[in-house]
Amino acid sequence: MQLKINGRARDVTAGDVAGLLQELGLDASRVAIELNHAIVLQANFAQTPLAAGDSIEIVHFVGGG
Amino acid sequence: MQIMVNERTIEVPAGTTLFALRAQYKPQADLLIVNGFPTPKDQLLADGDRVALIRRGEVPAPEEMEALLMARHTPGVHEKIKGGTVGIAGCGGLGSAVAVALARIGVGRLLLADFDLVEPSNLNRQQFFVDQIGMAKVDALKANLRRINPFVKVATYHGRLDRVNIPQVFGVADLLVEAFDAADQKALLVESWRQNFPDKPLIAASGLAGFGPSNTITTRRVGRNFWLVGDGDSSAGPGQGLMAPRVGVAAHHQANAALRLLLGEEPA
Repeated sequence: MQLKINGRARDVTAGDVAGLLQELGLDASRVAIELNHAIVLQANFAQTPLAAGDSIEIVHFVGGG
Repeated sequence: MQIMVNERTIEVPAGTTLFALRAQYKPQADLLIVNGFPTPKDQLLADGDRVALIRRGEVPAPEEMEALLMARHTPGVHEKIKGGTVGIAGCGGLGSAVAVALARIGVGRLLLADFDLVEPSNLNRQQFFVDQIGMAKVDALKANLRRINPFVKVATYHGRLDRVNIPQVFGVADLLVEAFDAADQKALLVESWRQNFPDKPLIAASGLAGFGPSNTITTRRVGRNFWLVGDGDSSAGPGQGLMAPRVGVAAHHQANAALRLLLGEEPA
């Protein structure tokens, strides 16, 4: 199905947020997620389903400060 | 007309010039600042002008000190930010530089939190001194800020931040600057803050290691009340260190975003 990820259309196979992060190769402990403009807590990634057309913003943090 | 001289409002006749004002209030002044900008020449003053009369090398009287520290500000800025409270989570390369910048401009209150001690490898980028090695970073930074601007109130929390204490430590802040080192700690702080205070701004940073170009570091809005500074990519790790110039570029992006938010402006 197609999602809008950080403003860009992309086809993915994952059905939930945790699966999407795995598919994108991102560490779930290092991201902040908004799904359709609502914050998704880390604890809920695996229980948050995705639907075609969803808009998801992923901020992926790298170390250094 | 009314003129503000070294932060005192005085009544002067229309047509009063800068040099006439100096002759009356501080004849020995050799640095004259009008509305935030040094002015070597005499000029007519206008109602509402702010004038700082400074004698180079002289330590001002206590009642004049605060006004003279702020004499180069854009007029009106100091009054607005003096009532502001900024939380700074982490007092390393980012947080110590953000704190110094915000203290210099006279943000009213800073809340500093960090668990760590000053150690030698910090000094290539963090705003501490060799003689502070071994001190808690929050204590060393508080001492340094006091030397820069004693009018800024500084509260400290020496300990690790977690989901429970983040709202307690920073609850009174108008906005938060995320200045951690570890990526998972950044994510945890961002989540906790946005969950507890969705209406308060957050300025995080990610991607500022190494010596890549300065101009790849940007400030961008990544969510509601949420801004991200950095290149998004340059992580600290083996082969890529953290150094004062680029960490400082990112820190000052964060500090300027905080200033803009306190002034009611969009950071980006």
